[in-house]
Amino acid sequence: MPRQEKADIAAGRLSAAQLDENFADVSPPLDRQAALIAAQRCLYCFDAPCIKACPTGIDIPSFIRRITTDNLRGAALDILGANILGGTCSRVCPTEILCEGSCVRNHPDDAPVQIGALQRHATDWVFSGNVPLFERGKPSGQRVAVVGAGPAGLACAHALARAGHDVVVFDARAKAGGLNEYGIAKYKMLDFAAREIDWLLSIGGIEVRGGRALGQNLSLADLRRDFAAVFIGVGLAAVNVLGVEGEDLSGVRNAVDFIAELRQTPDLSRLPIGRRVVVIGGGNTAIDASVQSRKLGAERVLLAYRRGAAQMSATFAEREFAQTQGVTLVEWVQPRRILGSDGKVTGIEFEYTKLNADRRLVGTGERLIVPADFVLKAVGQALDAPDDALKIEKGRIVVNADHTTSLPGVWAGGDCIGSGVDLTVQAVEDGKRAARAIDRTLAAQPASRGQAHG
Amino acid sequence: MADLSCNFAGIRSPNPFWLASAPPTDKAYNVNRAFEAGWGGVVWKTLGEDPHIVNVSSRYGAVQWNGQRIAGLNNIELITDRPLQVNLDEIRQVKRDWPERAMIVSLMVPCDEASWKRILPMVEDTGADAVELNFGCPHGMSERGMGSAVGQVPEYIEMVARWVKQHSRLPCIVKLTPNITDIRKPASAAFAGGADAVSLINTINSITSIDLDLMAPTPTVDGKGTHGGYCGPAVRPIALAMVAEISRNPPTHGKPISAIGGIGTWRDAAEFIALGAGSVQVCTAAMHYGFRIVDDMIAGLSNWMDSKGYARIDDFRGRAIGNVTDWQFLNLNYDIKARIDQGKCIQCGLCHIACEDTAHQAITKERDGVRHFEVIDSECVGCNLCMHVCPVDGCITMERVDHAAHADWTTHPNNPMRKVEA
Repeated sequence: MPRQEKADIAAGRLSAAQLDENFADVSPPLDRQAALIAAQRCLYCFDAPCIKACPTGIDIPSFIRRITTDNLRGAALDILGANILGGTCSRVCPTEILCEGSCVRNHPDDAPVQIGALQRHATDWVFSGNVPLFERGKPSGQRVAVVGAGPAGLACAHALARAGHDVVVFDARAKAGGLNEYGIAKYKMLDFAAREIDWLLSIGGIEVRGGRALGQNLSLADLRRDFAAVFIGVGLAAVNVLGVEGEDLSGVRNAVDFIAELRQTPDLSRLPIGRRVVVIGGGNTAIDASVQSRKLGAERVLLAYRRGAAQMSATFAEREFAQTQGVTLVEWVQPRRILGSDGKVTGIEFEYTKLNADRRLVGTGERLIVPADFVLKAVGQALDAPDDALKIEKGRIVVNADHTTSLPGVWAGGDCIGSGVDLTVQAVEDGKRAARAIDRTLAAQPASRGQAHG
Repeated sequence: MADLSCNFAGIRSPNPFWLASAPPTDKAYNVNRAFEAGWGGVVWKTLGEDPHIVNVSSRYGAVQWNGQRIAGLNNIELITDRPLQVNLDEIRQVKRDWPERAMIVSLMVPCDEASWKRILPMVEDTGADAVELNFGCPHGMSERGMGSAVGQVPEYIEMVARWVKQHSRLPCIVKLTPNITDIRKPASAAFAGGADAVSLINTINSITSIDLDLMAPTPTVDGKGTHGGYCGPAVRPIALAMVAEISRNPPTHGKPISAIGGIGTWRDAAEFIALGAGSVQVCTAAMHYGFRIVDDMIAGLSNWMDSKGYARIDDFRGRAIGNVTDWQFLNLNYDIKARIDQGKCIQCGLCHIACEDTAHQAITKERDGVRHFEVIDSECVGCNLCMHVCPVDGCITMERVDHAAHADWTTHPNNPMRKVEA
């Protein structure tokens, strides 16, 4: 089909059918036969390395063995009992650096067990049928506030509900889910986040209130007064800036906003995309933004990173996937100036970089000008400090091993504390651990504050 | 290229690979295809008296193991369900078309002399090379006093074998059932009755599985099931033991044995031949993959024989019999220890947990706090378990460490029945 003439930035570059195909499930589910074949490759290791590699400690050999015996309920309990967002994690975890990366079958002449795909197989039926697996505990009569309905907050809320507490989850956005709903590539999640949350909330005892942002229309002091405990899982809501000339030109956007818009739009063909896109960054957001730009119909997508590919926080598998999707990677360049005309972006001037004798990144002075009509910035997110009273170091909320913050009765977890790795699975583990600590604390103190009403 | 031709109790075939009496040899169409594929002979599916029997729908049950199809196969099919004359006519034609292939006809008629006297001349008239007496099937026909009902009584075996030899000049193979306590008894009875050879094993009495929804055995016939005959790879070790027992029993040592039981490759066949078999019969593997598997059986056996310098089947036939002995004669001073090749180890830990939980606590799980699997020689009894559970070829091997002379149970001080030197 001949190319349709479009402006530099335009919606509907591809047909609806093509968009549907481009944004279809990137790794479709295994059917029973394929799952059995994959499961039977598991050696059922003693003290399996994959369990240790999972931040939530899912007993992977056990759930895989249960798949082979048609005990899917048992398999799902193994997974969701350890990681309530095991459905999302089966889709978005960089398994190549976690469970699958540690699989003993990563031998020179072998391949790891498809743990992620099997985890999805073992859990999909739970969400599609909304099958209850967990019950709410005996009511404790105590209320806990959870700020942030992302993976950390939801994991914490569910664990607290299981323990019998009443939970109110506040989130700045309209919908619950956090990055699961707004921040991950569509072809990985489709409409899964909402289904998973519906299932998660079906345990009861959890109320979600959207449009409530800490420091704006929600105060930590009020929460501490009204609730027996507070958990903060607000993630990293602020976006880093490039700090170069031309950042305010039309056509320059934050990648996180672009991805959120892409996830929320009911009609992909109405989403504008440039002809020549440049994405700046080296993490998963940069990968997701660049791949989705291609899938929306951008002719050329350049992913520019200031260091080498090996230093990117996106994994090798993610990078390779982007490259197979037609994304071109340019390493060792940093943006110096965004060029424009008539208020619109026309290109970027980069400077080549290198490591100096002290292993510090420095510019070489050599320049590279890349024409662009659409620039996506994915150079990291930062903590939007929720409250002056909270102790913050290196841009993260300070917590101890129990996830307690500097404020009594306030716990925190997820990306906003920056423990371990900045992954969904780590956030879930944080939420789970914090809930355990909160439950222990509440059990030890009389139910005075935050008693459930009526 | 090794010479694979056989003369088994006077039955000649270009190779030792025969198709066992079973569905693959039920009619001319299949047998012609088998011969085109290269099979050395067939044992035509069991003939009986008219009126012919009838079969049920839903006949096979299979054991799947860890994703592998048909580790074992069970059937409740009976003997041929076609008129006797149809089979006889086809046998005659096929033998005429394939004169150099072995044509053995399996028979099962009631346990009276007249019945055998009646059918034998008809078979002889087809030009077939031999008969095989089906004393083996454990299902259906046994309820009518045939099959394993005869094979389980050595006296009946001897009696029928004698009738057959009286009323026919054809070589007579007696097919034995494994559903007995001591295989040596029916084998000896067959030869005592004048049989020229035995074949074994027929199928093992079995129920494949229970359908937990229907609460009925499989294969299920309208909600009910019955015990059937089990065969396929899973039964091969049982067949090997039984063939070995007959081969090393003095009264039957050296007698022709046609081995049956889970044979699917040239290696399986070679193992049975090493235990004295003069031909092998195959069914399940052909039913799983088709007749073409004989191609590799022929080529593989030939290549292996060439590599070992065996020119003819007889050059290695029976070579392992002398090494099959009673437990009491095994060397108690023989001592082996497991050796784990750390370069090949993939750290699955299966050796450790198997040894730790179920054997001798002889494999470590860590060294200096790091995951590490190593054999503790002082605890290792050389049982081989770790070697068998290890998923990596050649990672765990067993090394001989003893230097003492042979000493077995017959002279061991702990043996109250020990032989004391005079």
